[in-house]
Amino acid sequence: MSFWRRFARNLGAMVGLAILALVALMAVLAPVLFPFSPWEMRGIPFMPPGEAGFLLGSDSLGRDVAAGIAHGALVSFLVGGVSTVAALLLGVTLGALAGYAGGWVDDAIMRFTEFFQTIPSFVLAVVLVAIFTPSIASIVVSIAIVSWPPVTRVVRAEFLSLRSREFVQAAEVLGRGRIAIMVTEILPNALSPIIVLASLMVATAILLESSLSFLGLGDPNLMSWGFMIGSGRSVIRIAWWMSVFPGIAIFLTVLALNLVGEGLNDALNPRLARRRGIVVT
Amino acid sequence: MTSPILSIENLTIGLPAGGDRANAVEDVSLAVRPGEILCVVGESGSGKSMTASAVMGLLPKGLPVRSGRIMFEGNDLLTLPAETFRALRGARLGMVFQEPMTALNPLMRVGDQIGEAFRVHGEKGDIRSKVLALLEDVRLPDPPSIIGAYPFRLSGGQRQRVMIAMALALGPSVLIADEPTTALDVTTQMQILRLIRGLQERRGTGVLFITHDFGVVAEIADQVAVMQHGRVVEHGEAAQVLNAPQHPYTRALTAAVPHGRARPAETHAPEPVLALSGVEKSFRRGGGLFRRGSPVQAVADASFTLVKGETLGLVGESGSGKSTLARCVVRLAQPEKGEILFHGTDLLPLGRAAMQPYRARIQMVFQDPYASLNPRRRVGDIIAEGPVTHGVPRDKALARALELLALVQLDAGAMERFPHEFSGGQRQRIGIARAIALEPELLIADEPVSALDVSVQAQILDLLDGIRKRLGLTMLFITHDLRVAAQVCDRIAVMQRGRIVEIGPTAKVFGAPEHPYTRELLDAIPGKAWTPPLEAA
Repeated sequence: MSFWRRFARNLGAMVGLAILALVALMAVLAPVLFPFSPWEMRGIPFMPPGEAGFLLGSDSLGRDVAAGIAHGALVSFLVGGVSTVAALLLGVTLGALAGYAGGWVDDAIMRFTEFFQTIPSFVLAVVLVAIFTPSIASIVVSIAIVSWPPVTRVVRAEFLSLRSREFVQAAEVLGRGRIAIMVTEILPNALSPIIVLASLMVATAILLESSLSFLGLGDPNLMSWGFMIGSGRSVIRIAWWMSVFPGIAIFLTVLALNLVGEGLNDALNPRLARRRGIVVT
Repeated sequence: MTSPILSIENLTIGLPAGGDRANAVEDVSLAVRPGEILCVVGESGSGKSMTASAVMGLLPKGLPVRSGRIMFEGNDLLTLPAETFRALRGARLGMVFQEPMTALNPLMRVGDQIGEAFRVHGEKGDIRSKVLALLEDVRLPDPPSIIGAYPFRLSGGQRQRVMIAMALALGPSVLIADEPTTALDVTTQMQILRLIRGLQERRGTGVLFITHDFGVVAEIADQVAVMQHGRVVEHGEAAQVLNAPQHPYTRALTAAVPHGRARPAETHAPEPVLALSGVEKSFRRGGGLFRRGSPVQAVADASFTLVKGETLGLVGESGSGKSTLARCVVRLAQPEKGEILFHGTDLLPLGRAAMQPYRARIQMVFQDPYASLNPRRRVGDIIAEGPVTHGVPRDKALARALELLALVQLDAGAMERFPHEFSGGQRQRIGIARAIALEPELLIADEPVSALDVSVQAQILDLLDGIRKRLGLTMLFITHDLRVAAQVCDRIAVMQRGRIVEIGPTAKVFGAPEHPYTRELLDAIPGKAWTPPLEAA
């Protein structure tokens, strides 16, 4: 309860949450508001916003930009969410093992992690998608593959410091098993940074997906914000709305996720956030 | 009687709304006279440090001074402009902080740091020779080499001496010391106390000394003020307050101070529960991928036997290896050599699975009640965890946890609550309940009371003693406080630099110590000439 109150006190975070709720609502209502495929030609091409029944204008083939944005929201959330969950699964497992076991296990896992960190993540994602042919699954997998190393590092650091805490040692002395200690004693105490990191990872994943589709590596069957910007890029001087509105959608969503992440960070680490510095001895 | 140089008059400092009381400090009046040490004693949260901070103008933002004055050399410090105050601070008012490890700038040489005090206040001339004289004054060995050393090369006690040198650099008329010896070992503490006493006598400085330790008070105080919940409840001459306390709170506090009298000897059947022989453990310091670090011997050739029902005290200063030895017994640390026989079985070669049955029979109580309970789990689950791990059905274990809560004098409502809702003493009770939930034969208590206030300390010691008698526990009790050790232990083992230098019955170790180090330790107990009065009531 007090967590929610601390979170609610942060105006930015609440604004972020509101934007996210709106985007989510748009994604859910897209089939109702625009009960047709976003690829369908609905009228005259290059119609400015507000004309001929196009709320946000039409593109070079007469497709509805507003419908594209609404349908694209689902793709963005899907890619952001699923790839983050996948990256978390991998990152938390490896980080927990490395931090708890220490020794050569830690060394091996961390060298493996560094191997991924030395390759520029966007280039790796492009290569992976190009090899596995662009589809929603290959995009999700490649985004997950490039975004787990930071999770591993954070989780490992948390486990390293929590491992030597007295309550963990007490559990050892009680004779609990290693996995039980990792899952029930250490992990719950390491959740706050993981949650914060996850919210920012969703934002990064959405940006990565947009960048991939901008380059033409998006799923050809799904409308996506990045693809819309990419296709509007060459005609930006005569039809600015084709790239500006999807751009705004990306900007707002990513900004909202970052605001929420910041708010979560403050709410989960009240000692860092409290700058009034009250010490009573 | 001379007139005071520093007088705090009716000081009231507010707390923000929603705190546990309205004011951090309420209507406090204190006076420090030249050449006199005023000790302010109280438990944590009594407002004693806040008072010192107010004098130095170091109050945290958001804590308003509601009323009162702090008069120093004719000025009210609370209304002084920042610039004028700055000129006084350091020059006329010196301060020594609690934590010597963090109070010095790690990137500045010691000499420059002390010299800065001179330079800031516009002193010119031969600063180096003044710094050398100061280092000589605080009796640091080899001042010319210390002057060029970085703080990380100095020990805690040496750093505290540097802090004192800095505070005294410009010959202040008042020195404020906020728990300056709390973070130090007993022998170092005694040296620092003697140093402060000596310097103060020589220079006629007035000292405002904040502490929670009545032993320290007995050692150095001229005047004593006892604080509770932000108010001064008793104020007077040291001898008066210590030996004939008037206020019930002072009486309760002095009665709770461990009296250090050895408890009556109990006889035990010679049935060994735990026998250590030749245990060695070393750590590696530094080192990296290609180079092994230099080894540090934490425990060297430790041997002792614990018989059923007895309590053995393991005493020593920090770094003496006493905690490491205890951790070797519960296998939180893996010794390189030696034997740890538990009822005749050597525990050392046992793997994780083979060790499992012994886990239930050897339990441990940890030092820091704030760190030893998982903050995300409910108290009931924490206590029931051990039995559940060892195959007791969950509902049965929870029922047992309820009984244990009663045994450690907590109410049943605690089951569903989280550790952060409890005070330090209550948490330590939960920690004890967790340890005895498995009905162990051997209980290892690693400094179980050193993080607690003195009145809570007495309660926990009583509780441990009661449980020990009731369950017939054998106990290994680790402490740095010799008074506590004397009170609870049948036998005492003194450790120094990883070695057990003396072991014997409590009365003998205290009455006729053989090893010079034991004598040194006993000599360093603060206020050993003072025996706390027994509570009349």
